[in-house]
Amino acid sequence: MSAPLFLFYVFAALAVVSALGMVLNVRNTVAAAMSLVVTMVSLAGIYVLLAAYLVAAIQIMVYGGAIVVLFLFVVMLLNLHSDEFLPARQRWLKFAGALLGVFLLVEGLRVLGGFHEPPPLPEGFGGYRQLGLSLYTDYLLIVEVISLLLTAAIVGALILAKREID
Amino acid sequence: MPVEVIVKTLFILIVVIGALAPVMTWTERKQSAVMQDRIGANRADLGGITVLGLLHPLADVVKLLTKEDVVPLGANRIMHLLAPLIAAVPAVIAYGVIPFAGVYTFGQDTISMVVSNADWGLLYIFAIGSIATYGTVMAGWSSNSNWSLLGAMRASAQMISYEVTMGLSVVGIFMVFGTLQLQTMAIEQDATFRILGFLEYLIPGLQLPAFLSAFPFVLPKWGIFLQPLGFLMFLATIMAENKRPPFDVPEGESEIIAGYFTEYSGMRFGLFFMAEFIEVVVIAGLVTTLFLGGWTIPWVSTADFIGVVTPALGEGVATGLCVIVHFLMFMTKVVVMIWLQMSLRWGLPRFRYDHVMDLCWKGILPLSIANIFVTGALLLLLGDAS
Amino acid sequence: MVPIDHVIGLSALLFVIGLVGVMTRRNLIVMLMSIELMLNAVNLAFVGFNRLWPQGPSGVGEASLDGQIFVLTVISVAAAEVAVGLGIVISMFRNRDSVNIDDVSLLRW
Repeated sequence: MSAPLFLFYVFAALAVVSALGMVLNVRNTVAAAMSLVVTMVSLAGIYVLLAAYLVAAIQIMVYGGAIVVLFLFVVMLLNLHSDEFLPARQRWLKFAGALLGVFLLVEGLRVLGGFHEPPPLPEGFGGYRQLGLSLYTDYLLIVEVISLLLTAAIVGALILAKREID
Repeated sequence: MPVEVIVKTLFILIVVIGALAPVMTWTERKQSAVMQDRIGANRADLGGITVLGLLHPLADVVKLLTKEDVVPLGANRIMHLLAPLIAAVPAVIAYGVIPFAGVYTFGQDTISMVVSNADWGLLYIFAIGSIATYGTVMAGWSSNSNWSLLGAMRASAQMISYEVTMGLSVVGIFMVFGTLQLQTMAIEQDATFRILGFLEYLIPGLQLPAFLSAFPFVLPKWGIFLQPLGFLMFLATIMAENKRPPFDVPEGESEIIAGYFTEYSGMRFGLFFMAEFIEVVVIAGLVTTLFLGGWTIPWVSTADFIGVVTPALGEGVATGLCVIVHFLMFMTKVVVMIWLQMSLRWGLPRFRYDHVMDLCWKGILPLSIANIFVTGALLLLLGDAS
Repeated sequence: MVPIDHVIGLSALLFVIGLVGVMTRRNLIVMLMSIELMLNAVNLAFVGFNRLWPQGPSGVGEASLDGQIFVLTVISVAAAEVAVGLGIVISMFRNRDSVNIDDVSLLRW
């Protein structure tokens, strides 16, 4: 097994275990958020293995450095008590879950059966230079739309979280 | 290749961090004593030898290691024990992309004096720095203490805010040097520029007199001269990111005891302390590389140095000498930056919390965006003039 | 070299874990985190396919980074979503003293 392959499996196992830790941890929301961080960081590691260097750095900076810290900030601000799973009254959910699980298992077995080696890449693929060039030429509209969206989100969050609007 | 990486890593751990950080604990105590007209640490002695109190770091480590390691009642044990590690590790591994000397050719081999010459080196440092937030947040939350929680909330808000401005304040430097790779940036700064040289590009046909290309009218092409505003903003934001005075509201002693690490004792407290000092060294290295030319000798480029020394000593010895001089140059600049941070620490009072936030969002953020615009406009106007 | 099939499998697994989180948890904050997990799973699939077919499905022409651009878009949309979502959480906690979504079922049929 080559080193990148080994690293991939390590990161994948970490991501799955910590994702499960986040969803199943009902007692402690802060620990759930910390598990989410582990998932984010291991996904960033996988991005590096897939030659998406800038995306990996941005994954850690935005998800790890900003989004999950915001979650933690709110959890600490609200001082939450423990949570519980959904009560059993929605019984169809169990069937839906079981069906989904079987579907995923079959799908997963089919998918994991293949072994597609990725092709060799040109120099500089996934670096900040190439990504920046295509972001500010071909996809300029996306950048503009996102800047508008973020402005709207700032205003929205301010209005929602403010105690009273004067 | 792996041997080379291991040797460089050990070199950084032992020489740059391992030697500087403990001495800094002593320096800081001595400097605070000087600023407050006291004598400071001078009592630790080993059989009568005190060496000006330089044995104090050793005594501190022994003391911290033998102290009881208390986990408060009701604390989340695992997170409480993990938090100091998460605070300390990012500070150490951030050094992996900071070059401590240049690129040299010894016969067949080319050696770049940096552990990892990643293409996205600066992004790596920012990413690592954003992980460091979790150490403080975990420490504050898991301690089950109100002071700790207050400190953690202040710290997380401050660190998120200053991360944004920290990134924006160095965009000007990326634009000027056209790279994110720290070694390439240092090599770019291994040159000089004429202070009035831009006039030739603005006024076609103008030829500046020759004396303007000589010593006093030529500056090393360092980031601090190309981006003076960027330097000030970056220094302020990265010091706030490290939560050192005057930005130490998350651990303001007079308000919330020690902030997020109030409940820590023994070596775990020591780890938080060491993390702060290691971060000071990392900040000094980063600011040196980005703005003070890294390992370069002002006014003397690497080629010039080797060219002058080679006839006397031969090329191999000349290159070796160059490595040593460059490393000493780097360390000198790092020590100067550390001194600057310590002087600011003892020279300025603590900001009020809302002032810290105002400075970030209403002061540095608009200024840094304006800096990006001005830099871009100048680069368009002058081409590759600088 | 990493087999892309396994990357896609991991992506599907993470997506389902996130989905289960959204469907079974009642804490609005954890539900938002599960949504983040699902978005991340999708991002992983984008990056994986971008690595497998750098020239797009036709397999000819220059290598492009379309998949990674999508990832950047998703990340920034996620950031906006979290800002608004947590704003809603805070105002909900202020009004109901709870972040359990069963406590805000007034508009439910």
